[in-house]
Amino acid sequence: MTGMSQGPVAAGETVISLRGVSKVFGAVSALADIDLDVKAGEVVALVGDNGAGKSTLVKILAGVFQPTTGTMTFQGKAVTLAGPSDALALGIATVFQDLALCENLDVVANIFLGNELNSLQLDEVSMEIRAWTLLKELSARIPSVREAVASLSGGQRQTVAIARSLLLDPKLILLDEPTAALGVAQTAEVLNLIERVRDRGLGVIMISHNMEDVRAVADRIVVLRLGRNNGIFYPDTSNQELISAITGAADNSVSRRSGRRIAVQNEGRA
Amino acid sequence: MSSNVEGTPPSEPLLDRSDVRVRHDTGIGGAIRSLADRVRSGDLGSLPVVVGLAIIWTVFQSLNPIFLSSNNLVNLLFDCSTVGVISLGIVCILMVGEIDLSVGSISGFASALVGVLWVNSGWPVIPAILAALIAGGVIGFFYSVLFNRLGMPSFVSTLAGLLAVLGLQLYILGSSGSINLPYGSPLVSLGQTLVMPPVVAYALAALAGIVTLVTGLRTAARRREAGLSPQSITGLVFRAVVLLVALELIAFYLNQDRGVPWMFGLFVALVVVMNYAFKRTKWGRSMTAIGGNREAARRAGINVPLIYTSAFMLCSTLAAFGGVLSAARLASASQQAGTGDVNLDAIAAAVIGGTSLFGGRGSAYSALLGIIVIQSIASGLTLLDLSSSLRYMITGGVLATAVIVDSLARRSRASHGRA
Repeated sequence: MTGMSQGPVAAGETVISLRGVSKVFGAVSALADIDLDVKAGEVVALVGDNGAGKSTLVKILAGVFQPTTGTMTFQGKAVTLAGPSDALALGIATVFQDLALCENLDVVANIFLGNELNSLQLDEVSMEIRAWTLLKELSARIPSVREAVASLSGGQRQTVAIARSLLLDPKLILLDEPTAALGVAQTAEVLNLIERVRDRGLGVIMISHNMEDVRAVADRIVVLRLGRNNGIFYPDTSNQELISAITGAADNSVSRRSGRRIAVQNEGRA
Repeated sequence: MSSNVEGTPPSEPLLDRSDVRVRHDTGIGGAIRSLADRVRSGDLGSLPVVVGLAIIWTVFQSLNPIFLSSNNLVNLLFDCSTVGVISLGIVCILMVGEIDLSVGSISGFASALVGVLWVNSGWPVIPAILAALIAGGVIGFFYSVLFNRLGMPSFVSTLAGLLAVLGLQLYILGSSGSINLPYGSPLVSLGQTLVMPPVVAYALAALAGIVTLVTGLRTAARRREAGLSPQSITGLVFRAVVLLVALELIAFYLNQDRGVPWMFGLFVALVVVMNYAFKRTKWGRSMTAIGGNREAARRAGINVPLIYTSAFMLCSTLAAFGGVLSAARLASASQQAGTGDVNLDAIAAAVIGGTSLFGGRGSAYSALLGIIVIQSIASGLTLLDLSSSLRYMITGGVLATAVIVDSLARRSRASHGRA
């Protein structure tokens, strides 16, 4: 955990920056020549269609995959992440799309997995209190933290995964579809939480398909298309522009569809 | 919210009792109700083994009244300890969802090594035992390298190991084929005659009850201080008293004959230590996590290959130790040691006791309970003077039943949303 004792990050300082990162799986080039910067106290939304490479990029940042080429700089120092523990040690916390929870362990054990207090005589009471505190912050509705995760619903599991990412006071949080399975109140809490951690000076990368959520919290919107950077936008960008960047053309299935709807409405009026 | 503790205003529920949708069972009635809920959803714990043991004992006792005599039970405990230690290693490896099929060969090799070094080469007995344990550990390390580096399934590598290590055993025994260990030596006495003085047995039984009570009370006090719901004191006292009385009665019954074997005491001590390691240490938590979801454990920053290495090495070291104990029990190291049903008995004991073949679920106590079932069957059939052909068939049937119960319980847990 030596990486975490470097003190708070000054606002505006670049937390992480990627240059020319690409990832090849056999014949498939999942990411090609990606540049990305995230500053402290900034929320960057990563949007793109299915297969655009968003989750691959997040997994590279989390140390799960190693990039084929390209460089990564964390707080001004060049780093290579050989595994997830390297990323965690630097202060990069991740909520994966598949959540990566152990179903046979209870909620407390999952939140503290890999970071248990007192490794030779687990301090269950302190861990349980901390777990409840983290879950309360997310206004989670978890019946019991001593139940195995297998008995929780999708939304509850997502909350547990988010709570786990906050445990270590990270400098950068990666959220892969954090609100996909959440209810109304929980979504609002997660968005509040994203704003709170941003105000604490953390960098946040968020993947979402929900443009409403993206506009609500993102400072910048990075669009990926077919594994490449396809522009950087700001929350005041029009939907039309964003969608054409995501799908790759002004003439696309989404705009054709809305065009048809308008035409039908006009005919109805005539 | 009748469970509120004095001093906590009713308006502020305890930290873990604030969800109004959850039924919190309190008291003995509640404990029985939540147990019934758990069993119905497939979280059987050690219930099948207790039921199975009751049936087996009733049947054999009605067929042969010697079966439950103190004398036979003391013999049973001597026999349990050797394969029981091997089975404890199997629990370790099953915990991470892998298997070691060569534990029988490793135990045979270890007993041969002790015989060769101690009797033939004149080493002192302790270094000879240590050498056997280290040899076991090295074999486990070799499996873990094959598994971690080359991705070789443990099923295959240990099946190959079964033959290779058996070959090693035959090789070091040479043409003599069998080495007698000296009667009257401390090792053979441990395996054949040494029993606890009655006072020690009673004291250890009392200690178990007292430790349960004291640690339980301490945890309850800490939870109350921290604003979490404490365990019910009545239930705790009830459990501790039941445990204490049961253990004292067992000790009393065994003391009618020779008494509690020291070797069995050693086995139980190992079980208690392993149980603590599984339940209360970071290592045990990592083992369970890897057995449940390996990729999630990796992403949580756990050093997965290291944990696998520890599991393989612990399994084979315990197998070697079990081999040393069985050499002591038989007072010989022979070509037959560790062959035949040792392998299957050890694996069957762990599974019958409630450790899942699918990883991530299990307890050190399953080795203890399971081996008592297996040895009861063996002992009962021997008393009935049945041939080993029938013994194999019956033990095979019991193992199949245990695995069926495990699979069905797993399916039921999945449909009831339990791990």
